[in-house]
Amino acid sequence: MNYNVNEKGYYGEFGGAFIPEMLYPNVEELRQNYLKVMAEPEFQKEFNQLLKDYVGRPSPLYLAKRLSEKYNTKIYLKREDLNHTGAHKINNTVGQILMAKRLGKTRIIAETGAGQHGVATATVCALMGLECIVYMGEIDIARQAPNVARMKMLGATVVPALSGSRTLKDATNEAIRDWINNPVNTHYIIGSAIGPHPYPDMVTRFQAIISEEIKWQLKEHEGRENPDYVVACIGGGSNAAGTYYHYLHEPDVNIIAVEAAGLGVDSGESAATSVLGKEGVIHGCKTLLMQTPDGQITEPYSISAGLDYPGVGPMHAHLAKTGRAEFMSITDDQAMKAGLELCKLEGIIPAIESSHALAIFEQKTFKPNDVVVVSLSGRGDKDLQNYIEYFKI
Amino acid sequence: MNRINKKLQEDKKLLSIYFTAGYPTLNDTVSVIQNLEKSGVDMIEIGLPFSDPLADGPTIQASSTQALKNGMTTEVLFNQLKDIRQSVSIPLIIMGYFNPMLQYGVEAFCKKCQEIGVDGLIIPDLPVDVYNEEYKATFEKYGLINVFLITPQTSVERINFIDSISNGFIYMVSSASVTGSQSGFGDEQTKYFKRIADMNLKNPQVIGFGISDNTTFTQATQYAKGAIIGSAFIKHLSTKPVHSINDFVNFIVK
Repeated sequence: MNYNVNEKGYYGEFGGAFIPEMLYPNVEELRQNYLKVMAEPEFQKEFNQLLKDYVGRPSPLYLAKRLSEKYNTKIYLKREDLNHTGAHKINNTVGQILMAKRLGKTRIIAETGAGQHGVATATVCALMGLECIVYMGEIDIARQAPNVARMKMLGATVVPALSGSRTLKDATNEAIRDWINNPVNTHYIIGSAIGPHPYPDMVTRFQAIISEEIKWQLKEHEGRENPDYVVACIGGGSNAAGTYYHYLHEPDVNIIAVEAAGLGVDSGESAATSVLGKEGVIHGCKTLLMQTPDGQITEPYSISAGLDYPGVGPMHAHLAKTGRAEFMSITDDQAMKAGLELCKLEGIIPAIESSHALAIFEQKTFKPNDVVVVSLSGRGDKDLQNYIEYFKI
Repeated sequence: MNRINKKLQEDKKLLSIYFTAGYPTLNDTVSVIQNLEKSGVDMIEIGLPFSDPLADGPTIQASSTQALKNGMTTEVLFNQLKDIRQSVSIPLIIMGYFNPMLQYGVEAFCKKCQEIGVDGLIIPDLPVDVYNEEYKATFEKYGLINVFLITPQTSVERINFIDSISNGFIYMVSSASVTGSQSGFGDEQTKYFKRIADMNLKNPQVIGFGISDNTTFTQATQYAKGAIIGSAFIKHLSTKPVHSINDFVNFIVK
């Protein structure tokens, strides 16, 4: 079984490029060039240099001793939360801004939900001196004021998405419309492993640095490259794609994908796409998608703004369908509890997204000798208000 | 012969109107169609509303959101249209996004269109190559014309390919934009209109996006077989009663 994208842009039956003709030239230009550009030694050199000096990579692979003791197994945390801007998102935006420059683009657009990808995009645009426009749902702008301020300080223009449900999916629609209206000078930095081919593959390759590092870091710690499990939370699925990438074809490595169950998978307030979704087309790709029987896209819910996307990247849809990955759903309450537990046991305040991945240890028993690597995709600073309100701190 | 092909053979410039099914109220669909035919319009695009219409601007998106709130679904639309051929003979095209069709079942959707007497489909996010490889045979089996879009950025090679697999007309998007975002055509657009006209394609071209009045209609049809109006008509419908459609059409063609 092949878990990578094929030459037509599909992961099994998922993926492709379901885009209006107006977007075809932009997407085609990218499709024809992305692998070539990424393979250039100069590109590689600049990318790796920035990851090291600017992002702060490699991010540590940390053996969480007290957490491991509590769950009687060996838990390593891949510390993406220690990256510049506080999450894995920057790996992709550094890669894509270099790509945009190689393609001669002068204007950058992006969508953002909680604002993490918007901040990561605004950051690299400031770094490269490029114009940056970030689309963000009107409701999210109100919920995520500190990130809106960050983007503005970094020189970006934040444009409210006023259509539809005024959240992430609508911000994505608006960014796509902007790209239709500006087909020549603009590059669209998609923040997750979603969208028309080649985006899911390109984003995955930029995030693949995560599992590339895990391999040699684990070798140092354990004398072997392969853990027994890799675990990551999934909204669109970019940190997960990067965490799994180099293990997709290693059958001895079990893959666990953690979705947000919100108030419960059957509550009507959930974002567990692999359970609730059905095959459909969203934002240019065929994937699993939460929708009405009539094919209208529905609004997901999670306490974590980074996980409430109604679809999931096509690679993950394929991993779910083929059974390569085990999908688990974690509720708001389970995630919040796991987040606070990490604070107390390890002195690390995780993003609520990452807390979902940590919550599986209450749900699933691992063997004492198992080596479990969990992607700690982001830090919890941005979620402080949520933590305060939830725990009445 | 398909009603679209027959219409395209007429020696006149064609006015095609887009409207969103189930807008302004759920049961306006049929009377909008009847009034458009009575007003002398040549072709109608019935918009099947979608929650996330990527290629549309605010006017059409707002009408889609309203139509969905009104209770419009694929099934409701097909029920509304079930006797439409008893009252109108104008070419009818359903324009919608791919996901609702995929959920209905592409073959079942096409079959239903044939039963009703729908003549063609426009699906902006169904790519040319996917249609060609997976769905062309089905569309043809049910006698449906699929209409593709081209834009000022579409390469000559791709235009020729689109022309080769089209069997009705080519929908020429007037400029790089979503619907409803232009006002008036400049030099760049007329140059593009002329460039495409000079390619002498086998399929006639109908220009859409940015047509909102008599001036833009006349400019567009100077180079193309016809023109499509969407957002401007939706705006009219949002404030004026359905029986005033005639005023709108007279304002366009004069």
